[in-house]
This record gives sequence, C-alpha cells and structure tokens, in this order.
Amino acid sequence: MRRFLAELRESIRMALGAIATHKLRSCLTLLGVLVGVFSIILVMTAMRAMKNNIEKELGSLGSKTFVIQKMPGAYFGGPEGFMKFMRRNDITFAQARAFQRKAAFVPAVGLQASFWNGELTSRYDRTPPNLSLEGATPGTFITNNWGIIEGRPLLDSDLESTRDVCLLSEDVAKTLFPRGSAVGQRVKAEAISYSVVGVFERAASSEGAQGLAVIPITSALNRYGRRRQITILVQASDPALIDDAMEQSRGVLRAIRKVPPGQEDDFEVLSSDSMIKQFQTVTFAVRTGLALVSSIALLAAGVGIMNIMLVSVTERTREIGIRRAIGAKRRNIMTQFIVEAIVLCEIGGILGVVLGMLGANALAVYLLKLPPAFPVDWAVIGLAICSLVGVVFGSYPAYKAAHLDPIESLRYE
Amino acid sequence: MSLIRLDAICRHYEMGSETVHALRGVSLTIERGEYVAIMGPSGSGKSTLMNLLGCLDSPSSGIYELNGHHVGEMDDDELAEIRNREIGFVFQTFNLLARSSALRNVELPLIYAGVGLEERREIAIAALTDVGLADRLTHKPNEMSGGQRQRVAVARALVNKPSILLADEPTGNLDTRTGAEILELFQNLADKGNTLIVVTHEENVARHAKRIIRVRDGLVASDEPVT
Ligand SMILES: Nc1ncnc2c1ncn2[C@@H]1O[C@H](COP(=O)(O)OP(=O)(O)O)[C@@H](O)[C@H]1O
Ligand SMILES: [Mg+2]
Repeated sequence: MRRFLAELRESIRMALGAIATHKLRSCLTLLGVLVGVFSIILVMTAMRAMKNNIEKELGSLGSKTFVIQKMPGAYFGGPEGFMKFMRRNDITFAQARAFQRKAAFVPAVGLQASFWNGELTSRYDRTPPNLSLEGATPGTFITNNWGIIEGRPLLDSDLESTRDVCLLSEDVAKTLFPRGSAVGQRVKAEAISYSVVGVFERAASSEGAQGLAVIPITSALNRYGRRRQITILVQASDPALIDDAMEQSRGVLRAIRKVPPGQEDDFEVLSSDSMIKQFQTVTFAVRTGLALVSSIALLAAGVGIMNIMLVSVTERTREIGIRRAIGAKRRNIMTQFIVEAIVLCEIGGILGVVLGMLGANALAVYLLKLPPAFPVDWAVIGLAICSLVGVVFGSYPAYKAAHLDPIESLRYE
Repeated sequence: MSLIRLDAICRHYEMGSETVHALRGVSLTIERGEYVAIMGPSGSGKSTLMNLLGCLDSPSSGIYELNGHHVGEMDDDELAEIRNREIGFVFQTFNLLARSSALRNVELPLIYAGVGLEERREIAIAALTDVGLADRLTHKPNEMSGGQRQRVAVARALVNKPSILLADEPTGNLDTRTGAEILELFQNLADKGNTLIVVTHEENVARHAKRIIRVRDGLVASDEPVT
C-alpha cells in the first residue's frame, strides 16, 4: 500500500511535468472536461441556491400555511413564458382585502408586501443595508408563525389609523438597541421615523435571513405608493385540510379577480410542499437535459483526451523504452499514463467546479438575489466523473504504451 | 557458479517471409568482476547479444543463466525486475530523459525499485558525485556536453548497484578525448570489482578490457584475453 502511494505520487509528479511541457495542448485538451463539469456545477449550484431559498422561505411557513401571489415560486422556461406571469395584473390591496373578508373558512389570513430595502437606524446603531420593510396585517404574524416576544402585536386599529408603528424581528432589535428594550424607542428608515411597539421571533430555520421591520400595510401603502403586489398568506386549521383550503381560496380569488370560467388562474397558490414538489418536477426536465448535454460534452472531451494521449505515447516512445530498460514494469508505465490522463481531467474538473460555482453564485447573488450555495456533493460527483473519464479514455493509450517493445522503443527516433 | 552462462543461444527475427538469423548459437561464460569487450563488424549481432544479456530480449532458443536463474523462463515483470536490480545500461545515444534533470534521471531506477524519497535523493547524489558531476545535479541533458551526459548515464546505470554494467558503443557519439574520460571511468569501475561488458568496433576501446570476444555473423569467432 505504501509502495502504491509512493508510485502514485511519482506518477502524479511525472504527469504534472508532462502536462507542463505541453501547456497549450494540455489546456485545449482539458477545455472539454472543463466545459462539461462547468455546466454540471453551474446548473446544480444555481438549483441548489433556489431550492435552499424555497426551503428557507416556505419551510418556515409550516405545513398548514399557503401563499397566494402573482408570480410562481420557481420558473424555468423561456422569456415568453415568463412574460405571461409578468403581464398578469397585480393582486391589489382591494382584492386582497376582499379575499380576507370572504375567507371565513380558514382561521387566519395575512396580507404582506415588501416596500423598501435599506438601512434602518436607531440612536445607537444601524442595521446592514439589506433590511426589508414589510407591510403587514395582524394575520401575517399568525400565518408566518412570528411570535411576539416583547411589546404588543400589530392591531387592526394600527391599520385603521395608519399609525407609524413598527415591529422588529429579534435580530434587528438586538442590533439597533444593544442595551435595553426596543419597545417605545424610535427607528428611522431614511427620513421616516417609526416607533417600535413590539419585537417578534421567527422560526429557527430563518437563521441568517435578512432583518425585518414590519409596519401596518395601510401606512406603507400610503407612504410608499399603492401599486404593490400583495402576497396573501392563508393558514388552514389543520395540515390535512390545506388542500381543501387551497381549492376554496382559488375559487374565491378567481371570483374577486373576475377570471372567466375555463380560463386558467391568473395567480399562484403555493404551499411549501407543493412548491418543493413543483420545483422538483420543473427541474427534473432541466436535470435530465443537463445530464444529457454534459454526458455528450464529457464523451467528446474523453475522445479528445484519448487522442492526445495516443499522440503523447507515440511522441514519448523513446522515453517509454528508457523507462522499461531501467526496470519499469508494464504496470508502472500503465499507471503513469492513466494517472496522466486522470490528472489532466482533474485539472479541467477542478477549474470547472470553481468556475461553475463562481458563475452560478454570481447569478444567484446578483441576479436572483439569493444566498450563495456550495453543493459539495455535486463538486465531489463532478470530480469523480472526471477521474472516470480519465480512466476510461486513458486506458487504451496507457495499454498501448505499456505493451510497446522496449528494444523497438529505444531505437525509435 | 558463473555470473553469466550462455548455451547455444539463437535469436532470429521474422521479417515477413524471411527469417533473419541475428545469433546462430552463441555459448560463453562470464565471471564476476570481468571486464569484457565484444567486437565485430556492423550487423554481426553485437546489439542483439547485448539486449539478450540485458534481459531486454529473450532468445529464440538456447539457455541464458544469470546468477543461476534461467532468464528464458521469466515473465515480463520478472525481467523488468532483473533489469532494474542486476543490469545497468549505457547506450551510444545516452538515452537520458530529455526534460528531466541529471538528478532525476539518476533517481529513476530507484523509483522503480521502490526506494523512498530521501534515501533515493541521497543515493543519486552520491552516484553523480562518483562520476564527477556533483555540481551538475539540476542540469538538464541539453545543458550538458556529450561526455557529461554519458557520465550521467553511467551514474544511472550504477545507482542500483547492478551485477553487470552493459555498454553498447558507449564512446560512439563522443570525441576521442571525452571518450577516453569515459573509458577511464570504466577502468576505475573494473578496478573496484564491477563486471563490465562493452560492445565496440574500435580496437583501442576494446584494448582497455581484459578479454575480447569477437562476433561474426551471429557466432563467436574468437574469445581471448588481452595481452
Ligand atoms: N528488430 C529486428 N528485426 C529484424 N532484424 C533485426 C532486428 N534487430 C536486428 N536485426 C538484424 O539482426 C542482425 C544483427 O543486428 P545487430 O545485433 O543490431 O548488429 P550490430 O549491433 O552488431 O550491428 C542484423 O542483420 C540486423 O539487420
Ligand atoms: Mg549495434
């Protein structure tokens, strides 16, 4: 075993030497592997980021809450398809209110919309600039499972009187008021001042999520404008009843939005279960396509590697003869060339993994505004595939090298 | 027991329908510590004999005993092992790895012998020092003169402490002066008790040896000590 490791180390060293002497050729050769692995990692990392996000956002909803909104939770298709969702009319506050009044069949309905992102300040400190200012109703706290830990909850009277009150998520309260209670203090979002009436905690799964400041949705609409997409959150009385509640809610909202019978919904009804299922089904096609495309890329890359290795064996016939003359066994030569193929593939593979993760996370963070993801499992799978490509396509050239006649090889010019 | 015993060794090559008889029944023995020259005109079978002695090739018929072992019965791996441990080759064209330093070239047989990194380095440096190249360790072959290259080759041949040093026209690609240096190196090795077999077609090279075997048309024509 020790001997084998020593041989492996030697082979890797030789391989790196051989690859370094033909830099351009090696680069062109490993490009194929790089592209194959890059595409796998790019797509898988992006998907992982989205899936993480769905699980984080909707996972905290629990199994009896669902969401009604204009846009689907996950969408993979061409821009035309996306435009279909974009062209839908927003769910207005009036519609949401009407829904709330008619939805007596469920224990709780909350309305929620995001109005502003930025830095919230207090007399003492400021939050990171990604704080989200949310407009909400009392029901929002119930449906989101936000528990009041200090002060009072949001009240209907806050909404009726459009008060400038706010509730802070626990992390925000701690940041802004490190010593003592936030309740009764004032916070500022740009020039606008709110008085803190309560602090709430979120589910443990929202650890590290962006900080929240929640104000009455009516105050928010007055201040930041009425053209907002409202998200309706609905809580069923029991997880078993969620499907019924979703169906009923769909009917109610169709009536409110005057969707003609027979026409498809112009809104989405999403539960965390249905979302994750939907994500899995939608991405299944993407994953299958990816598997196909990257297999073809890697196959092409493998043939390229085999070709280059065959050239390399011919070029290095004399070297092989010398090695055999001074005591290399066929096995040693075989190992050397297979390891060279693997090293070549792994260099391409590692670059592919790094670039794929960087690319996907750039996309996730800047374009989709998602936290980055690092799917270690896919990195390992990607590199394992590289080694496999190296072994499969390096074997024949290595076999050829190992079975050259030493005397002929030594005479080769 | 002799170091080398050849008994009626034949080696022929099939060239399409023709058969080329390179060796037609060579019998000889060589003892430990001998310094032997093998001479003969071009095409007489010297290199073929050398390759057989060096276990790079197997005879078509006949018996080759090296250190009491029947070489003809060995498989490819065993032959490789014998080449690694018992034989040191020196070639006319040096046959160094062009992209590797002198040190790395000399380390190579030790790598295949499974010697560890530290020890390997030490032995290789000592071998290069013995041939007077202690200050050329990191030089690549193309940064050295022909004589220096051949000395690297000698160091590589000796690094595993082989039973036999085989040299095929070792001075063929060298000028007279550097050739003489290599011959002096061989003389020193012979004086220290190494077994040397040198193929050459130059009389003055052969005269350094203690015994000259002349080959003609695949047969031993004469075998006499140098007087
Ligand atoms: N691989 C081979 N295939 C066919 N014929 C060969 C081969 N190697 C050597 N020979 C022939 O065997 C004879 C002896 O060759 P060789 O041993 O190289 O002679 P020398 O080294 O004395 O010049 C020559 O006639 C040569 O053509
Ligand atoms: Mg010859």
